[in-house]
Amino acid sequence: MTECELLSRISEVQFVCVELNLYLDTHPTDSAARSDYFSYSKLLAELIGEYEEEYGPLQGFGHSPTDVGCWVCSEWPWERNR
Amino acid sequence: MWIYQKKLEFPVNITNPDLMMAKALMAQYGGPDSELAAGMRYLTQRFSMPDDRLRATLNDIGTEEIAHWEMIGTMILQSMDGASLADLEAAGLIGHYTMHGRAVYPADPNGVPFTASYIQSTGDPVADIFEDMAAEQKARATYEHLMNLTDCEQYLAPLRFLREREVVHFQRFSECMNILKELYPDGKQNKLRR
Ligand SMILES: [Fe+2]
Repeated sequence: MTECELLSRISEVQFVCVELNLYLDTHPTDSAARSDYFSYSKLLAELIGEYEEEYGPLQGFGHSPTDVGCWVCSEWPWERNR
Repeated sequence: MWIYQKKLEFPVNITNPDLMMAKALMAQYGGPDSELAAGMRYLTQRFSMPDDRLRATLNDIGTEEIAHWEMIGTMILQSMDGASLADLEAAGLIGHYTMHGRAVYPADPNGVPFTASYIQSTGDPVADIFEDMAAEQKARATYEHLMNLTDCEQYLAPLRFLREREVVHFQRFSECMNILKELYPDGKQNKLRR
C-alpha cells in the first residue's frame, strides 16, 4: 500500500473503533460489541505499526516506537496533499 | 492526558478555496455551537458526572470534538490560503485580515470571539446532559446550513461526515439521559441542602 492508501485504511479502521468505543461507553456489557472492539483495535494497532515501520511516527510522547522518519519534519495534517 | 496523532479523523483537502466558506465555517471553529464549545463543554462537565458510563461518554465525545475542531481549522486555513486582499474584502473578511491576517482564530463568522460563557457546567447531570443534547442538535443544524452554502464536494464530504457525527453524539447523549432516569427516578439528582 502507498502511504496515502495506508493512512486512509488506518482512518477507516479507526473510525470503526471510535464508533464502537462511544457505543460501549453507554453499553459496557454488550459482549458482541466488546469482541468487535477488541478485534478492530488489534487490526488498528497492526496497521499503525505497519505505517510507522515504513513512513515514521504517527503519534507523539513515546507512542510510536520507530527509528524511521521524523516526527518534527513529517507533514502536518493541515498541509496534507498540498 | 492526551496523545496527538499526526492525521485528521477524516481527510480535508481543499484545492478550490472559497472565501465565503472560510467565513461561514468560523461558526464551527469559534461560535457558540462550535466544535471548540462542544469539546470544552463535555471535557469540563465530565468531572462532576455521577456514573462511569456518563464520565466515559463525555470524555470520549469531548475528545472526538477536538479532532473535529482540527478538521474545521484545516478547512478554514486551506480556504484562506493565498487569498488576495481584494478577494478577502469581497468576502467580508477585511476585519479578520486586519486582526488575524490569513490565520485561523476562534471567532464566529461575524468576528465575535469565542467565550467560555457559551458553555455551562452546572453540577446537575440532568441539566448538563440536556445542554449536551441541545448542543448536538444546534451543531447539526449549523452543518446543514453550511452544506446549503456550497456545491463543492471538497467541502461537502467533510461537512457530511461532521453532520453525521452530531447525529451519533446526540444518540449517545440520549442514552445518557435514559441512564440518569434510571439512576434518579425521583428527579433528585441535584442534592438539595435544605
Ligand atoms: Fe458532536
